[in-house]
Amino acid sequence: MTGYVVQRVALFIPTLILVSFVVFGIMRFLPGDPALAILSMGGEGSFTEEDLERMRKKLGTDKPYHIQYVLFIKKTATGDFGESFFYPGIKVAEMLKTRFPLSVELAILALTISYVIAVPIGVLSAVKQDSWFDYAARVFSIGGVALPTFWVGILVIFVLAKFFNWLPPLGYAQIYTDPLTNLQQLIFPACALGYFNTAFATRVTRSAMLEVMREDYIRTARSKGLRELLVIARHALKNAFLPVITVAGFQFSRLIGGAVIMEVIFVIPGMGSLLVASVLVRDYPIVQTFVMLIAVVVLVLNLIIDLLYGWINPRIRYG
Amino acid sequence: MLSQTTGVVSQPTLTRWLQGTIGAGRGLVDFSVRKPMGAVGGGILLILVLIAIFAPIISPYPPTEVHPKLLFAPPGSELLLGGDFAGRDVMSRLFYGGRISLFVGIVSVGIGISIGSLLGCISAYYGGKFDLIIQRFVDAFIAFPGIILGLALMAALGSSVFNIIIALCVVLAPSAIRTVRSQALAIKESDYVLAARAVGASDMRIIIRHVTPNCMALFIVLATLNLGYAIIVEASLSFLGVGVPPDVPTWGGMLAEGGITDIQNAYWLAVFPGVALALAVFGLNMLGDALRDVLDPRLRGTG
Repeated sequence: MTGYVVQRVALFIPTLILVSFVVFGIMRFLPGDPALAILSMGGEGSFTEEDLERMRKKLGTDKPYHIQYVLFIKKTATGDFGESFFYPGIKVAEMLKTRFPLSVELAILALTISYVIAVPIGVLSAVKQDSWFDYAARVFSIGGVALPTFWVGILVIFVLAKFFNWLPPLGYAQIYTDPLTNLQQLIFPACALGYFNTAFATRVTRSAMLEVMREDYIRTARSKGLRELLVIARHALKNAFLPVITVAGFQFSRLIGGAVIMEVIFVIPGMGSLLVASVLVRDYPIVQTFVMLIAVVVLVLNLIIDLLYGWINPRIRYG
Repeated sequence: MLSQTTGVVSQPTLTRWLQGTIGAGRGLVDFSVRKPMGAVGGGILLILVLIAIFAPIISPYPPTEVHPKLLFAPPGSELLLGGDFAGRDVMSRLFYGGRISLFVGIVSVGIGISIGSLLGCISAYYGGKFDLIIQRFVDAFIAFPGIILGLALMAALGSSVFNIIIALCVVLAPSAIRTVRSQALAIKESDYVLAARAVGASDMRIIIRHVTPNCMALFIVLATLNLGYAIIVEASLSFLGVGVPPDVPTWGGMLAEGGITDIQNAYWLAVFPGVALALAVFGLNMLGDALRDVLDPRLRGTG
């Protein structure tokens, strides 16, 4: 087990460094000068060559690439993400303070909802294979996998607005000041965001359960007179969890991507909505910080899943 | 004996073509019987592709034609699927939007998955340090959710149809490298590769003539399933306003224009483009799952 943990953690660090290369590379090596882009927004001919030089100096893009990269890493590692281009004087770290918790909360809420719904449905659907419940569950999960997350979000708003007169709130409460209002506000976007995940997890749980239920040890457990509920809970479910955990990493990643759009649709002042707004105005410090942060979160989650997987499944512990 | 052989070879081309067609037709019928949902998926896809190809002929109006009297016209009136905020025909825009969605999806999947598959084969074949480096890069790219990587790339590239294809290629290739690599690793150890090496075939020849063709089934499955994902990512980026430029009709862009504010009064702006998207993705998922089961049973449950 120790060897496995060491191996996984050792792989984590070079990947993290490469991720920083990718983020930095996308922002710097691709065509397009950020200084020019910012000044061009004022219209053609509204700036001089000196303005351009001054802007480059201000943004730090006049320095050689390797120095820019070292600065980028230094700043990111110390939590000083620099200032926004578009909102001069406002620190990126300051923006993160209220936005980061809201986004994390949305993602966690969506994940919790999806697994709380998916696992029981998946298990029941496998145990009662080919019943009406099973068919309903399969239609539900096929729908969730095919419907684009952002369209589900739009439909949720449409239904809520049309029939319940509910519209996304103008301001979202923070969980540590007003938890009840905050939950009420986030529950709908979380449900919409979690639908894909729920559907996918239901499918995986169902097929994993079907596979496990055919195993010999299930027959043995039954033949020694164990109640069906105990057979399912103690013998089947535990083994069926392995594939569910295997796909969890992929799901987290997709969920975080979907959260960005859900924030835009529900006007949630989280990281995602600011990221999209910043992409549109080419606010590089924000885009680079947020994209880096999201990648780090995904990497850490994947590391945790891998370790969890090694802990649950003794067959995987190599080394 | 000799005359018999030549008889077969010199069959008129038409007969041979006919036999080929009948064979393919029989295969298609077999597939439909074994995998009815897959056939339904393929049918949906075929209809969408035909609509996209013949959009200029079957569209009742040009997609950008403005009808000032038909602002937010409800469906069924003069415009079959209603009009949008500028009185443009929603149905025509859907047809033309399908062109962009499918074109962008097919081209980027074609290029992205091809490059990914080839790199996967090469990475598996050479192994060692080269493989290690490629795989660490794959790790790094996979750490980004597709939409986030797409957003970052579009921020740097600027929005255009060409740029979104590039962005999608970058999003799609890494996971193809990973999946094809694992298949190619097994092929590399097979007897026919050993035999090819024994007769002195070069590395490049073995990769192109032996390893790559044996990954073909996987390639087709990956391409089909990823096409659905590519269409969703493109629609998401266009919805967010960084994908295809706003003057080009796309399903994602139409959903954005329909806006959260208008849907209370004009449900058709939020519903129809979404239905089109969902149909395309649903069809591709069904077809991809069925192809996976038929072409390569070992892959079951990997999607």
